[in-house]
Amino acid sequence: MADTAKAKGGGTAGSTGGRRRSRKDDTSSRFADQQPDVLLGYYRQMLLIRRFEERTGQAYTQARIGGYCHLNLGEEATVVGLMNALQERDYLFTNYRDHGYAIGKGMSAREVMAELYGRSTGVSKGWGGSMHMFDTKTRMLGGYGIVGGQLPLATGAALAVSYRGGDEVVMCQMGDGTTNIGAWHESLNIAALWNLPIVYVVINNFTGMGTTVERSSAEPDLYKRGSAFRIEGERVDGRDVLAVHEAATRLVEKARAEQRPYLLEATSYRLKGHSVVDPAKYRTQEQVEEARANDPVLAFEHELEQAGILTEDRKQEIAESVRAEVADAADFAENSPHPEVSTLFDYTYATPVANESRRMPADPVFAE
Amino acid sequence: MSVITYRQALRDTLRAEMHRDENVILLGEEIGVFEGSYKITEGLLNEFGERRVRDTPIAEEGFVGAAVGAAMLGLRPVVELMTINFSLIAIDQIINHAAKIYGMFGGQNSVPMVIRTPGGGGQQLGATHSQNIELFYAFVPGLKVLAPSTPAEAASMLRAAIRDDDPVLLLENLGLYNTKGEVPDDDESVAEIGRAAVTREGSDITLIGYSRMAALGTQVAEALAKEDISVEVVDLRSLRPLDRQTIVDSVKKTGCAVVAEDDWLTYGIGAEIAASIQEGAFDYLDAPVRRVAMAEVPLPYAKPLENAALPSTESVTTAIKETLSAVGKRVG
Repeated sequence: MADTAKAKGGGTAGSTGGRRRSRKDDTSSRFADQQPDVLLGYYRQMLLIRRFEERTGQAYTQARIGGYCHLNLGEEATVVGLMNALQERDYLFTNYRDHGYAIGKGMSAREVMAELYGRSTGVSKGWGGSMHMFDTKTRMLGGYGIVGGQLPLATGAALAVSYRGGDEVVMCQMGDGTTNIGAWHESLNIAALWNLPIVYVVINNFTGMGTTVERSSAEPDLYKRGSAFRIEGERVDGRDVLAVHEAATRLVEKARAEQRPYLLEATSYRLKGHSVVDPAKYRTQEQVEEARANDPVLAFEHELEQAGILTEDRKQEIAESVRAEVADAADFAENSPHPEVSTLFDYTYATPVANESRRMPADPVFAE
Repeated sequence: MSVITYRQALRDTLRAEMHRDENVILLGEEIGVFEGSYKITEGLLNEFGERRVRDTPIAEEGFVGAAVGAAMLGLRPVVELMTINFSLIAIDQIINHAAKIYGMFGGQNSVPMVIRTPGGGGQQLGATHSQNIELFYAFVPGLKVLAPSTPAEAASMLRAAIRDDDPVLLLENLGLYNTKGEVPDDDESVAEIGRAAVTREGSDITLIGYSRMAALGTQVAEALAKEDISVEVVDLRSLRPLDRQTIVDSVKKTGCAVVAEDDWLTYGIGAEIAASIQEGAFDYLDAPVRRVAMAEVPLPYAKPLENAALPSTESVTTAIKETLSAVGKRVG
């Protein structure tokens, strides 16, 4: 409920101002309860997503990747904090900015890159592309390209979990713009009415494509918007992987234990435009510089170094293993085959149908 | 063999399928406490409880999408949309999600759900509550769209839809709910989705229809038989997948065709059927294919106007006679 919602960290809408905290002094307390290996694991995942996305951007500009391409650059702390809050059995639905989430939920960089290249070895066999990562094994139940389209789906998945008395939780990721569409209201209402185990996560990067939150949302404090449905919401600094992880873990476990929905808003700031081809002219130079100064990957790296957890040797070792993993993924994608054209009609229906319309235009289907 | 209504056939089938499979749940507006706007779900809340018969908010995108998501995890939700007109609010979930999930994720996750919804004019409900917009859904690969015309078909097609692993729209028609027909006792027949039926054999002309127009077509054929005109009736039953072969085979036999549809003419189902006949039986045609359809207007409320706008036994009869007359095959 609104009065229990907490604003923790995060900037105000439209400004990311002055969030670089002086962590040197409180580093020891921040890391007091953390296993060094876990922290290094988060760091490696963040760096992997960073390098993966940089490679993706390059491949896109070289026309090795088609379609649209929305990158997680700048949102690595959010992605890694969220994904590590989920158990393997928990389900994930995301929007189209899904590469990092796919990797974070356990899909291999190889298969994600191959999907971007449209190859048969991709997670969706080359049928989905950038916006449609999907993997039954890791329970990443899809990136979706229609803003808000994933909300009713995720809500229904939570209904199925609830119906069967399971203890899985569904996480449903979205951007700030999504909180204005009908499916947001309809889904949160149903989830609260039916006591469904779901955590809705709003990644607030303060611009829905190029339109700022204040210009599109009458209530720009997005975490407060769950209160209309008696869903507790809170805001977390999305550039702080530990804060995201703590908040997300707490809400996921509450959703699991209490069988009810929660809302988490993670303030974030993508380093690039909405997609690779968006020059993001709607941002001021100051905002861009401020975002770069608060790069979550570099900030976390710096913190770990200050705390003596990340040594220079370890840093080089992680950098090299990440570089090798991304290079391997790109090679794998590059050298994988395209899907056979003969499979064009294989995935229209799950069950064979009588008189199936496997038609190409001008097929002589009635030739005698 | 019992004679029951189309409504009863649907209700009996829902109940039997819910007993057969715990994964079958019902979602929809007013299906529980109110027992259904058209009483299809009468008694089911009492029998199965709120866990399996869920009254939803009046929020079609939300609950249709929730059914899609529940189906992705293996439930078999049967959604009732109060009328097909309200499906427009859920159309993103139906076309962008239910229809696409199997394909765009490379066949990893099917969506075994059913949307049952009535449509059709003739009830003086005005422009936004009298539409037949099945075309929008029949246009989309990935969806299966069924339109039963008799109680027996309603039962066997609903059974097929619930057991099918793909998203199926089952189109009901307000004008058919009270029609009666023979349904075998302990019926377990499962319709083969994608098959049209020749419901009446004939030799002079083929009449192709579906749902209410197939039922009406049968009446017309029976009446014309008394005038020694032999009409073969093809009931499409499945709008997608579409059984072009049965249509073409019939037209090759009779040489003439009339398509009767309850939707608008331009770009309508009849246009697709006429094109299929041209592709598959051009050399056999003795006359152009005629189409009988709804007038191209928002359906009016006033009864005489509504009657004039809808296809009727008279307009279908006229089309058949004029087609036969034009080729000198028969003069009615």
